[in-house]
Order: sequence, then structure tokens, then C-alpha cells
Amino acid sequence: MNSAIQVIPLEWYILLSTVLFTIGVLGVLFRRNAIIIFMSIELMLNAVNLLLVAFSSFLSDSKGQVFVFFIMAVAAAEVAVGLAILMMVYRNTKSSDINVLNKLKW
Amino acid sequence: MIKLVGLVPLLPLIGFVIIGLFGKSLSKGIVGVIGCGSVLAAFAVSLGIFFELTGQAEKSVTIDLFSWITAGKLSIPFSFLIDPLSSLFLLIVTGIGFLIHVYSTGYMSHDEGFARFFAYLNLFIFFMLLLVLGSNYLIMFVGWEGVGLCSYLLIGFWFKNTAYNNAAKKAFIMNRIGDLGFLLGIILIFVTFGSIGYHDVFEQAKNMATGSPVLTSIALLLFVGAMGKSAQIPLFTWLPDAMAGPTPVSALIHAATMVTAGIYMVARSNILYTLSPVAMETVAIVGVCTALFAATIGLAQNDIKKVLAYSTVSQLGFMFLALGVGAYTGAVFHVMTHAFFKALLFLGAGSVIHAMSGEQDIRRMGGLKKHLPITHITFLLGTLAIVGCPPFSGFFSKDEILANAFENNKLLWFLGVLGAAMTTFYMFRLYFLTFKGDFRGTKEQHHHLHESPKSMTMPLVILAVLAVIGGLVGIPEALGGKHMLEGFLKPVFEDSSFRMVHSMSHENEYMLMGIAVLVMLGSLYYAYQVYVKNKTLPAEESEDLKPLHLLVYKKYWVDEFYENLITKPLNFFSDVLHKLFDNQIVDGFVNGIGRFITWLSGILRYAQTGNMGFYVFAMVIGIVLILFTRIF
Repeated sequence: MNSAIQVIPLEWYILLSTVLFTIGVLGVLFRRNAIIIFMSIELMLNAVNLLLVAFSSFLSDSKGQVFVFFIMAVAAAEVAVGLAILMMVYRNTKSSDINVLNKLKW
Repeated sequence: MIKLVGLVPLLPLIGFVIIGLFGKSLSKGIVGVIGCGSVLAAFAVSLGIFFELTGQAEKSVTIDLFSWITAGKLSIPFSFLIDPLSSLFLLIVTGIGFLIHVYSTGYMSHDEGFARFFAYLNLFIFFMLLLVLGSNYLIMFVGWEGVGLCSYLLIGFWFKNTAYNNAAKKAFIMNRIGDLGFLLGIILIFVTFGSIGYHDVFEQAKNMATGSPVLTSIALLLFVGAMGKSAQIPLFTWLPDAMAGPTPVSALIHAATMVTAGIYMVARSNILYTLSPVAMETVAIVGVCTALFAATIGLAQNDIKKVLAYSTVSQLGFMFLALGVGAYTGAVFHVMTHAFFKALLFLGAGSVIHAMSGEQDIRRMGGLKKHLPITHITFLLGTLAIVGCPPFSGFFSKDEILANAFENNKLLWFLGVLGAAMTTFYMFRLYFLTFKGDFRGTKEQHHHLHESPKSMTMPLVILAVLAVIGGLVGIPEALGGKHMLEGFLKPVFEDSSFRMVHSMSHENEYMLMGIAVLVMLGSLYYAYQVYVKNKTLPAEESEDLKPLHLLVYKKYWVDEFYENLITKPLNFFSDVLHKLFDNQIVDGFVNGIGRFITWLSGILRYAQTGNMGFYVFAMVIGIVLILFTRIF
């Protein structure tokens, strides 16, 4: 069975997800706004999801796609908790800058 | 009844548990009943066992209770051995133990530690029974250590007195020295024979050559244990100090039962000794030296209990002399008669101390004859028994030992007779100074003098009867007896019988008896002259003594000798180790590690900046590094 996914060669998927993942990592590293960091994390997750779906299709193995659903479910739960934490941080510090949270040190 | 042997040690143990746990809330009466009752019941069972054993042909019965230790090739059952030797010791331990329990209800009646005392006493009986009943060396060792513990607890019974505590520690530590030898002996037995059960060991040992080095080593190591427990030279100094304990304890533990454990052990292992002439000779020499040495010290002591203590050491020496010349029956015989008369003498001394409101110095006594009639007459009977006056019990047992020594070596016999003469002198010195003459104590003490209560005099009377007739079980053939004890114990010592030759003619035996009695009478007459006719009193502390007298009075300075030669260098050495090795090197190393960690973490803690971006960066770097190492 030749699905629509396989119209594009596998290398392009790998390249795209690598680029997306790297953008995510760099976003986490260099941005200070907590919400943007959060979005970068989602970007990394979805880069991995893309890779999983692509491999799953090319190898004709549905396990990868099942795994993607798991990741999406977990990500949804994580977003719910994470956003709640961000809400509390903002209420307490009137800021979404993560560098404000530097009280816990030597 | 033999099937019920488990009950014999169990009953005193139950008594100990009940009194030990609930003693404080029970009345003294109930504590006394439980304490005495449990031992009496054990005595009744022992009596049943004894009669069943004499009635049946099988003389050695092993009762397996449960499997105790199983590890690799080693398998040690918890089992009891019933044979003539152990059944005789059962009777001595439980019988004398019961009488002394009864006596204690009177003697300790005013003591606040009444329940504690009975708990310890019951525990002691339990361990002593374990010691004599076990069918292998390990059970004997457990009992051996257990009685040592009880001895420690009871010597230091009045623990508020530092001197008493020191005496208790001394007894415990000196016994440890002996126990080390005993333990090494057991290990060597296991290595040599692959078993520590009496039956297996003796069966194999029987076939070994006489004088084989390994047997000699085993016998000598076991004898080191016996030296400690039975207070032989050089480990005897703890026993006189052990008199710090209450008098019933001295009677039960430090005269009648525990200190004879060494004799029991050697008699039990008789085949190992018989096959090792060197060990036999050592035992005989140590025995006779102790007998003489302790007797000379006994001549000059002024504390009523100290005299009896040195007398005990001396009598134990006689028993080892008997073992050393192969007269195993004679040794066990003397253990038995000694248990009777020495328990009697100690309890009599306790009665005197009780009447004198705690005074123990015989220079402050005298003339107690009319105030303490029962104590006086029983004490006199005990004295006659210990000095070997015919037909009291001591005569027969001591005569048997001396006769055997004569056959073996004339010098041993001569030294034995010399020791016996001194025994007579110091015992009658003690008797005359205590009961004859005029009262030398204070007015207050004189006013207070009274005969002890029934609970104390009854055991005295019973023991006096035993001390008088106890020798009848071993009347030698020369006097027309059959020596029932020898016949009874024969199965135990059968394998060693080739060493025991009885070639002595009856004429010779009469001559030896005659000499012993003459020496005894001469010594008695001399003591009478000195202490009754001339009314000589022992010197007061302030008076100067002649060199020889001083030497004996100061106990040859053995304690000081040990103190300076062993204890002080040892303390100095441990002090050096403590200050140099422990404080500097060991502590330095341990503290150094701690200090290094503190220093390192003091630097590393600055890595925790609180900056979230830095953490994430470190994490990413870390993951990348891990991935790199995994891939390449």
C-alpha cells in the first residue's frame, strides 16, 4: 500500500524534524519568556512525533503511530499542568521571565 | 523419667523468667516459693532419672531435643547425655541448689534485691544443668559461659559497692582467659575428629596412640579452661575476691557447683587425658601446687569467708591431683563430699555473719558456741568432714586421692599429706577462733547475737547429715566396703581403666590411712594448743609480722604481681594504642575524608546558581555528551 506520506522521500522528513527539534532546543536555551519556552518544548515533541509517523509509514509498522497518540495525550496533560504553574508564577511575580526564579541557589 | 530430662533445666529457666519479669510485683513469699519450688521439682526429676539409670542395663542414654546448628559438614544437635557422671552431678546441683535456695529465703529476707537474687540463682541452676547435661562440648561451653555470667552478676550483686564490682569484673575477666583455652580446645577437637559430640570424639580418640601431640594439645587447652573456672594456679586469684557476693552465692557457686565444672570437664574427657601422659602430669602438678599454695595462704587469713575461699581453692587442687593421677572416681567422689561439707561450712559462716550483723573478721568473734548452738554443731561436723576425720565423708574421699597419689608418685603423696595437715590447722584455727574462747566483738554485736531462723538452720542440718554420711557411698575395699560410687561410675571411666592399676595391698592402704589420721590429729592438737590453750590471737593490722608470716598474710603478693606485671603494662599499651593509633591514625583518616568532602562540596556548590537557563544549558550539554559516548 502506497500512502500519501511516502510521496516525499524519508530523508526530507528526517531533515525537517531535525530542524524543528533544533529550533525547539535553541528556543528553550535562549528565550527567557516562559510561554515561549513552553512552545519550544511542544515543538520538540512534535518534531519527534513527525519522525515517528514517517518511520511508521515507511516501515509499515503501526506501533510508531500508536506511540504518537500516547505522546499527544501526555503532552496535553503536561500542558495543563505546566500552564497552571505558569499562571501561579505570573500571579506571584507579575512576570513570565524565568530568570526571576533564581532564589534557590547556594 | 529419663525421657523427661528436658524438664530438669527447663524448670529453673521458667522460674527465672517468671521471677525476672514479674519479681517486682510479686511478694517475697511467692518469689521464694517459685525459686525453691522450681529447683525442688528439678531435683525430683533428677532423682527419678538417677534411679531409672541405676535400674537399667543401658548406662549411657542420649536424648535428642532438637537440631541446633547445621552448617556444611557441621551438625550439632541439642541433645542431653544421661550417664552415671551426669546424673550424679544433676543430683548435686539440684539437691545442694535447693538447700541453698531455701537458706537464701532466710539470709536475703531483708534485702531489697530479693527477687533479683532468686532470678539470678535460678538462671545459674539452669546454666549449670546445661553444662553437665549437654552431650557435646558446645552445649557444655554454653553452660560454662552462662554460669560465668551468673557468677559475675551474683558477685556484683550489691553493685553499689565499687570493690564488689571490681571483684565481679576480675572473676569474669580471669574466666575469659581460661575460656579462650577451652574454646581453642573445642575447635581443635572439631578439626581433629570432625565432631564435637562426646560419643564420636571418645570413640575415635580411643584408637589413637598414647601421647600423640594433638591429643596432648587438646587436653592441655581444655585444662586451661578448667584452670580458669576451677581457680587453679595461675588463674586462682579471682575466687577469694568472689567472696564479695552474698554468702549463699559463695556456697553454691564458688564452692559446691560452678568451680567444680573444671573437674567435671576433665572427668568427662577422661580418655583424652589418659592417652596423654604429659597432660596428666601437668594436671597433677598444677593440682598439688594449688592445693599447697592456697592452703598456706589460708593459714594466715582473718576473714571467715576468705579462709573458706582459700580452702576451696586448695580442695579443688586436691581434686585435680586426683584427676592427674588417674583417680577419676576419687575426684568425682571428692567433688561430691566437698559439695556437702563446703556448702555446709559456707552456709554456717553465713549464719555466723548474719548473727554478727555483717562482721566477717574472726578476730572480732569468739565464744559463739553458746549463742549459735545449731550453727556451732553443724560447723564442727563440717570441719571434721573437711579435715578428713574418720568416719566423716572427707576422710574417704581424701584417703582415696592420697592413696592413688601414693601409687603414682611418692612426692605427690607427701605434698598432698602436707596440704591436708595445713587444711586441718587452718580449719580448726577458724573453728576455735570463731566458736571457742570469749566474745571479742563490740557490746552492740553481743547484744544482737541470735541463732538464725529455721529456713537457714534446716539446710545446715541436712547438709551436716550429708557431710557425715556422704562418704559411705565410697568405702574402700580395705575397710570392708564395696565402693558403690566406683561401681556406679565405672561405665564412664571404662576406657581409661587401663591406666588405673590397683595393685596396692591392704596393709599399705592401712598404713596410708594411719599416717593421714595421725597427721590430722597432730595438726589438730597443735591448733588446739595455739588457739585454745594459749589463746593466741591473730595479729592486728597495725602489728609488724615476721617475714614468712607477712608473705603468707599478703597472699604472696600474687595480686600485686599480676597487677604490676600484666595489668599495668597492658593498660599502658592500650593507652598508647588509644592515643597514638586510634586518636591519631584511625580518627585522622576518618576525619580527613570528612574534611576533604566538605572542602570539595564548598567549591562545587557555586555551580548551583539558581539561573534556570544555565541548568537547561548544562542538561543539554550533558545529553549531547551522553549521546556522543553512546554512539562512538
